[in-house]
Amino acid sequence: MANDPIHQFQLFPIVDIDVAGVDLSFTNSALFMALTVGSVVLFLVLSTTGRGLVPNRWQSMAEMSYEFVANTLRSSSGTEGMRFFPLVFSLFMFILFANLWGMFPYFFTVTSHIIVTFALAMLVILTVVIVGLMRHGTHFFGIFIPGGVPMALIPLVSLIEIISFLSRPISLSVRLFANMLAGHITLKVFAAFIVTLGGLGIGGWLGAVLPLGMTVALTALEFLVAFLQAYVFTVLTCMYLNDAIHPGH
Amino acid sequence: MATETEVMQELATDVGGAAVEHAGDHAVVFPPFDTTTFASQLFWLAITFGLLYYLMARVIVPRIGGILEDRSDRIVGDLAEASRLKEESERVIETYEAELAEARRKAQAIAEERRAAVNADLAEKRKTAEAGLAGKLAEAEGRIRTIRDKALSEVDGIATEAAEAVVARLAPVTVDTAEAAAAVARVKRQEA
Repeated sequence: MANDPIHQFQLFPIVDIDVAGVDLSFTNSALFMALTVGSVVLFLVLSTTGRGLVPNRWQSMAEMSYEFVANTLRSSSGTEGMRFFPLVFSLFMFILFANLWGMFPYFFTVTSHIIVTFALAMLVILTVVIVGLMRHGTHFFGIFIPGGVPMALIPLVSLIEIISFLSRPISLSVRLFANMLAGHITLKVFAAFIVTLGGLGIGGWLGAVLPLGMTVALTALEFLVAFLQAYVFTVLTCMYLNDAIHPGH
Repeated sequence: MATETEVMQELATDVGGAAVEHAGDHAVVFPPFDTTTFASQLFWLAITFGLLYYLMARVIVPRIGGILEDRSDRIVGDLAEASRLKEESERVIETYEAELAEARRKAQAIAEERRAAVNADLAEKRKTAEAGLAGKLAEAEGRIRTIRDKALSEVDGIATEAAEAVVARLAPVTVDTAEAAAAVARVKRQEA
């Protein structure tokens, strides 16, 4: 099983929980979700307990992540969008920490499961729809009718806009899921290749240097991807939330 | 679902190589597409992410936001205080310079006054001294003149006597004193 690149995505129950025939077991995935949330909360709370006017290193990291997300949200949806800040900051920190925990060998990557990323994407889209409808009523549907389009083209353009809107949760979730999945599979394949070559004797050892270098390089790349995908998810979330605030674009 | 499973197993075979004989043990279905785990994942995601959101909204965001706001307030306050202090120091410098100029002006006035007083005093003293000197000079001149007059008048007498004596010696003539004196006076006039 050591060389199976798919095995790392396998869920197994740690505590079996069955509610009315539905399997709600506390699995390794749930464990890493809890680890992710726990580490995010610990990091952000412990680093800011000093409430230093001049921040120490930890506090300055917490402030940096706060301001990074705040600036992203403010630049795409203005000051009004700041009411969504807790949601956007939670999403960013959750995805970033889940991705980073997944970088440890033998650790489980929460975001490598489509259902998790899809649930997060649906959370964003439902927030957009519900807040949009509550604030603007039927005017919210103005997002499907872009301004300055000739009357004759409106049905066609609206159809495209609707399809684009419906595909948002899919593209949002698949992008994150596929990146994490593909990255971890590739990493595992190259790492397994080192072991396989290593078993072939001295010639294999020399040959194994190549996949080893590849694994090191890919690890660095995966750290970049881990951050980048969290950022991309956040930026797109901010853009979608902007629709809920300013539907007539 | 069956076809999907086959595809996934093929995928596993392609990328994993040796994995194919193990695939049956655990994963008949590619794990991310195994719908039997969805309920549990969604359940625990809702709990954990819900908790994160709750803590974020209630504790973390207000706290970090508060820290950042305090800092920007403090910076704005400090800048205002700094500009206030700067203004104040500029005012103090202005006052100081005005006072300095005033003092300098006063000092010059006092110096001028002193100089004038000293000059006046000096002139006064010089005048007094000059007046004293002039008095003494006049007195001395007067005395000199008196002495000279006296001496001159005595010269006349001596000359008359000498003339009498010379005449008496040279000739057996007795010269009248008055005549001798007239002769002396005549000679003196001629010489003068």
